[in-house]
Amino acid sequence: MSRTMFEKIWSRHVVAKGPGGQSLLYVDRHLLHEGSTHAFGRLERKGHAVRRPEACVATADHYVPTAPGPIADPEVRGMVADLERHTGRLGITFFGRGEPRQGIVHVIGPEQGVTQPGILLVCGDSHTATHGAFGALAFGVGSTEVEHVLATQCLWQRKPLVMRITVTGARPFGVMAKDVILSIIARIGAGGGVGYALEYAGPAIRGMSMDERMTVCNMSIEAGARAGMVAPDETTFAYLEGRPSAPRGDMWGRALAHWRTLPSDPDAIFNREITLDAALIAPTVTWGTSPQDALPITERVPDPAAVGDPARRASMERALAYMGLTAGAPLAGTAVSRVFIGSCTNSRLEDLRAAAGIARGRRAAVPAWVVPGSGAVKRAAEAEGLDRVFTDAGFEWREPGCSMCVGMNGDTAAAGERVASTSNRNFEGRQGRGARTHLMSPAMAAAAAVTGRLTDVRTLA
Amino acid sequence: MEPFARLTAVAAPMDLPNIDTDRIIPARFLRRPRESGFGPLLFHDVRFGADGGERADFVLNRPAYREARILVTAENFGCGSSREMAVWALLDHGIRVVIGPSFGDIFVENCFKNGALAIVVPGETAAGLRDALAARPGTSLTVDLEAQTIAGAGAPPIRFEVDAFRKHGLLTGRDELALTLEQLPAIEAFEARRRVEMPWLG
Repeated sequence: MSRTMFEKIWSRHVVAKGPGGQSLLYVDRHLLHEGSTHAFGRLERKGHAVRRPEACVATADHYVPTAPGPIADPEVRGMVADLERHTGRLGITFFGRGEPRQGIVHVIGPEQGVTQPGILLVCGDSHTATHGAFGALAFGVGSTEVEHVLATQCLWQRKPLVMRITVTGARPFGVMAKDVILSIIARIGAGGGVGYALEYAGPAIRGMSMDERMTVCNMSIEAGARAGMVAPDETTFAYLEGRPSAPRGDMWGRALAHWRTLPSDPDAIFNREITLDAALIAPTVTWGTSPQDALPITERVPDPAAVGDPARRASMERALAYMGLTAGAPLAGTAVSRVFIGSCTNSRLEDLRAAAGIARGRRAAVPAWVVPGSGAVKRAAEAEGLDRVFTDAGFEWREPGCSMCVGMNGDTAAAGERVASTSNRNFEGRQGRGARTHLMSPAMAAAAAVTGRLTDVRTLA
Repeated sequence: MEPFARLTAVAAPMDLPNIDTDRIIPARFLRRPRESGFGPLLFHDVRFGADGGERADFVLNRPAYREARILVTAENFGCGSSREMAVWALLDHGIRVVIGPSFGDIFVENCFKNGALAIVVPGETAAGLRDALAARPGTSLTVDLEAQTIAGAGAPPIRFEVDAFRKHGLLTGRDELALTLEQLPAIEAFEARRRVEMPWLG
């Protein structure tokens, strides 16, 4: 029988079946961060052991400051120390601050080769879908589930439906992976993927690098889907070969043979199919407070009065009031207060190269931060001189971490500030109470930095 | 986990779609210990002004809804971040049941793991309930998990679906971890098979 990639991976991980269509799934890899300390604490109090410490990797990313120097906030210092203590006593690999492999959990997993095709990977973070770029089944879980996985290496789950999103054609000049995923979310809606695992397919996806595929899968949750995946192929294998935790020698060959069986069968049936033409996608920005509120930069702020559905109209009016935007005004030209280039969506080497390509030889008109996703990304970027490109242009080059994406580590924007951001969420208050977020690609964010306005990057290139 | 069987309580309507977990509890509060209580932080930045005072226009601040223990929401409530503190904040405020057309998938898991009941009903049903609650502020609903019904608001009882696994978990308040540990032989057998079939995973 023909099967989807999702079905192949899911069925391979069922340990037992329970009532109500629930399955007990085996978790191959578990990523942890400072937010996991609640779970470690409960486990310790209950006296439960960790079933497979060697299947876990932990890092400090959410709360750590991205300014150089020691951690000034005593609470954060305590959280990081707590994570270090728990991982130390349990024998879990931990990349702490200053450790060369430290970084955003969704950047380091792939970088270290921990993320592999066909595995089931979880993390107590909703952007865990990022790892689906390798043809893994990866999804975010809550804190109770983190505790459950630590103790049992398993998780009870209901099987989702599967939606295939096929992106045909080729991306035009100036269009990045971020524009593709923002367009997909705008098309299916912030709740369009609820109850589904997504498979991204088609020539425009196939032609993407791993960094680009990760950007796409990363934002699956912004369409409501816990998991998003791309079939593994030569691009995937070339990325993985030689990574520290990737299989080696004979094992590499055996793994490769398995990985080649993972892609969906040609006649596999999906519960829902969506098709987009990449050629029709333009550099995109969000105007509202949901990632679905995305439009080409050439468009105008939408008018709630033109919307028939009263609930949608009220929601748009609220979003425009929060964002301080006027219906009908062109998006391009909107003045921004600051720029953030980083996050698990867009902090990898290719993202920084794209931003540097725009920053080179220009000057930031507003405060602009570049926060590399990991120590490894930072070193690689510095080896290419990207840090100098940014600092020469007046951008700030910072230490790895989640930074301004999460609003919990001190890196926030002030109320009323308008941020051009490469992160994943433009929710009310996400980057600080009253802060206004416009999501966009790294190249578009760099264009906003050097002009001080939302700008069509194609006019600068 | 405190078991849940039946609740009769005031229900409050929330009409906006896509209310994310950042709005339910802002990120800056997540570092607090569980014991500190998350109730006062629920919907913090829309419930309180910058000066800390209550916003009179926020639904849960209105006199008729102050005792609400049930929320009736619009599409995709609880989307976004996986933060379990969103559910802790709802529970600590006293809200035990959320009813809506769809919810964030991780939010739903977090609800059931913490003794909160998330009920999915068709969009028109949710809209009808919200309208009825708005028309008569302070109206109570009765949610009966055993019978899988929502009653009140002057309409015939609404039947809802809930999967047997989650229903049993809520009714008994069972410890899921203990349940899974009973499956230890199956887990060990799986691991033994995996070592043979996918040895590169260790």
